[in-house]
Amino acid sequence: MLGAVYSLVALGLTLIYGILHIPNFAHGHKYMWGAFTSLFLVVNFHTNYWVSLFIAMVVLGLAGVGVERLVYRPLRNAPHVNSFIAAIGLLLFLESLSLIFWGADFRRFPSLYDKPIHLLGVAITLQRLLVIVGAALFIILLQVFIKRTWLGATIEAVAQNPEGAQLVGISIDRVSSLTFGIGTALAAGAATLIAPIFLVYPTMGAMPNLKAFVVIIIGGMGSIPGAVLGGFMLGLIEALGGGYISTDYKDLFAFGALVTFLTLRPTGLFGKGVR
Amino acid sequence: MNRMVRKWLILMILFIAVMIPLVVTNKYYMNILIMSGIWSIVALSLNLILGYTGQVNLAHGAFFGIGAYASALMMLKLNMSFWFALPLAAAIAGFFGFLIGLPALRTRGSYFAIGTLCFNIIVTLIVDRWEGLTEGARGLMGIPGPSPIPLPWGGELTFKTMAAQYYIVLGFLLLTIFVLRRIIRSLVGRTFQAIRGNEELAEAVGIHAMRTKILSFTISCFFAGVGGVLYASYIGFLSPELTDYHVSFDSLIYVMIGGVGTMVGPIIGTLLFVTLPETLHIAAEFRLLLYGLILMVMIIYLPRGIVGWMKGLMGRKRKQEAP
Amino acid sequence: MTALLTVQGMTRFFGGLAAVMDLSFDVQAGEILSLIGPNGAGKTTVFNLVTGTLLPTRGKVFFKDQEITGSRPYETTPLGIARTFQTTSLFYDETVMDNLIVSYRCRTRMGFWDALVQTSRSREDERRCRRKAEEILEFIGLRERASELALNIPQESQKRLALGLALVTEPKLLLLDEPAGGLTEEENIGMMALIQKVRTRGITILLIEHKMKIVMNISDRIVVLNYGQKIADGSPQEVGSNAAVIEAYLGAGYAET
Repeated sequence: MLGAVYSLVALGLTLIYGILHIPNFAHGHKYMWGAFTSLFLVVNFHTNYWVSLFIAMVVLGLAGVGVERLVYRPLRNAPHVNSFIAAIGLLLFLESLSLIFWGADFRRFPSLYDKPIHLLGVAITLQRLLVIVGAALFIILLQVFIKRTWLGATIEAVAQNPEGAQLVGISIDRVSSLTFGIGTALAAGAATLIAPIFLVYPTMGAMPNLKAFVVIIIGGMGSIPGAVLGGFMLGLIEALGGGYISTDYKDLFAFGALVTFLTLRPTGLFGKGVR
Repeated sequence: MNRMVRKWLILMILFIAVMIPLVVTNKYYMNILIMSGIWSIVALSLNLILGYTGQVNLAHGAFFGIGAYASALMMLKLNMSFWFALPLAAAIAGFFGFLIGLPALRTRGSYFAIGTLCFNIIVTLIVDRWEGLTEGARGLMGIPGPSPIPLPWGGELTFKTMAAQYYIVLGFLLLTIFVLRRIIRSLVGRTFQAIRGNEELAEAVGIHAMRTKILSFTISCFFAGVGGVLYASYIGFLSPELTDYHVSFDSLIYVMIGGVGTMVGPIIGTLLFVTLPETLHIAAEFRLLLYGLILMVMIIYLPRGIVGWMKGLMGRKRKQEAP
Repeated sequence: MTALLTVQGMTRFFGGLAAVMDLSFDVQAGEILSLIGPNGAGKTTVFNLVTGTLLPTRGKVFFKDQEITGSRPYETTPLGIARTFQTTSLFYDETVMDNLIVSYRCRTRMGFWDALVQTSRSREDERRCRRKAEEILEFIGLRERASELALNIPQESQKRLALGLALVTEPKLLLLDEPAGGLTEEENIGMMALIQKVRTRGITILLIEHKMKIVMNISDRIVVLNYGQKIADGSPQEVGSNAAVIEAYLGAGYAET
């Protein structure tokens, strides 16, 4: 299940990187805001869980578009480093904003799906099952969108050849906004699905952020199947490492894996080769 | 700015810097100055790999921490004197920089940034969990300050007062500036900047990119370690937070906003960010909020930082004045 | 007498496409050899394979008697092979002079300690860099632009500077990739003269160029590529009347005329 979680978060990230070649380092914090938004709605307005999910995705999607416009678009022609640094600024900004608004407390997300059910001899809460199903659903929907719809095609066109795409009349601005919007919405969706299982707090985005990056580096930046495979691999590595070696150093394995991959195969499993 | 004016300006600043402890007696302000000095060393060292060699290193906090912890452990457990521990601990930090640089510098740009960040987290995790060595989250306490130096004519030089601590930090800051400046102005420094400017072309003119980057990284980590040692012996207490990536982010901010790729920029950035929040008494969350906002705005509109921007202005003025 | 550069059976695949296929040719010391062919024929790939930017799938490269297949650029440059790039590549943030100075680095030996302590070796190296840079600055005719940023100089000067950077490394073999790209008629003549001036220094030149006027005028020999394979190799006259070459450029219909 952990793998599914990681894949989901990584999905939005790989989309943005693959299309716009911007490592959206603040992804984890948008994820965090997604969770908080739905929490806010559910707690204060008692909206239905699924409705909140939807609204959170829309709100974050729009916010993503806004961020792209204000922060990343002006940096489009600058060296990549600058976008990365801007993302760090954004990250700090989002984290502190959240701290100011919501305080540093850990909050519980009220869940309707807490009761465990028995599936194939394993006890698992419905919520966790929902995460896996939700992840699968999002992944499939995204693939379909990219490969089958016209909008998806324009996104791929820009990814492969921005100048050529412009020549045939595709607006890079629109595509950027769209990609960012979708990527951020996916983060919000992932967050809302996962929130009831873990706690919600302002720094919850930091770890998923890094792990998402680990996932896409393992799987290859810009590749959706890569994100999926990478996510599951990471989940597996963590579970095995944590189970057999040491739970204390559990997080270490993720990063150890990253360092190993960076050294041996920097382009990931599905990325494009170099020399 | 012509040579003579610049020389006099530097002498004046040095004079003021040396005179400060005689004028300022308020402990609070002295503390701020000393901390600024320590963080300036850290920022300047980051500037070498970031500003001059163009690699976004996010593990700087880890090397600062390694230097700090190494020296603290040597002074506490091996009863080593500060004066021996400092170069040794810095060398250890530099050595780790070399080890990490070997795999890490094979990657570029964002991959390098993420890789170093992950390394930073690994270090923090290890320092936190390896209680046998580092006392983990409890932290190390009672780290001694610099031991007295016996003077040739009898008696000794002690370093117990704040003024003394200030002079030590100032001394090392000046040393750092001197060394870095020598390197940057030399052919070696030019090589660093060639890598930053156009790595492919640098290789085409026969420059060994990997070796150059590793050299820059190692030196950078060495001086981060120096900063760490000074911190450890001044504050006397260490905890794993000091190796945290927030330290890396902070140094990044000081350098970027002060002026990446200039000698003076990181110092100004550090002074700004260490003194201002203290004097304005802003709450911690708002401080980070502001940092994030400023960083974003700066990187979009003033990517060369304050000093870089000013240099650009002066350059343009000179062009207009020339015939 | 062995050739200066020998390329043997060079093959490079990109996925399923052979950019270069079983290519063999050599370059004799002191000559100007041009590599021509329609767009996409694999010319720049050949340069990349020789300097080590790309690894060949098969085949070997020899420089004088030494095999250099697969060596990286920073290894081949000190041996005496320098190149320019099809899209002008410079250190744009530096001045013209600084560009030239740093390019001499591979001929200096100073290291970190030398810089720190300012040994006599470091001072000597810095002096030599400056002297070489001055010399080449004069040679390429950019003296007036010495303190301008590479970013700001006009395109023709940029092309000259790129050539200058390669010259600073004291090459025996110079690979020029479209040195006249984007230049006007008048500028072409200037570039041609510069290339000939380089030859008088005893430097062998391997040239990729699309402008036939330049190619026909200055080449001693021409190698023609099409779809990654050699289809002709000879003097300008021989190649100009070669049916296969005409066909490659203009299509089958013209070969008979």
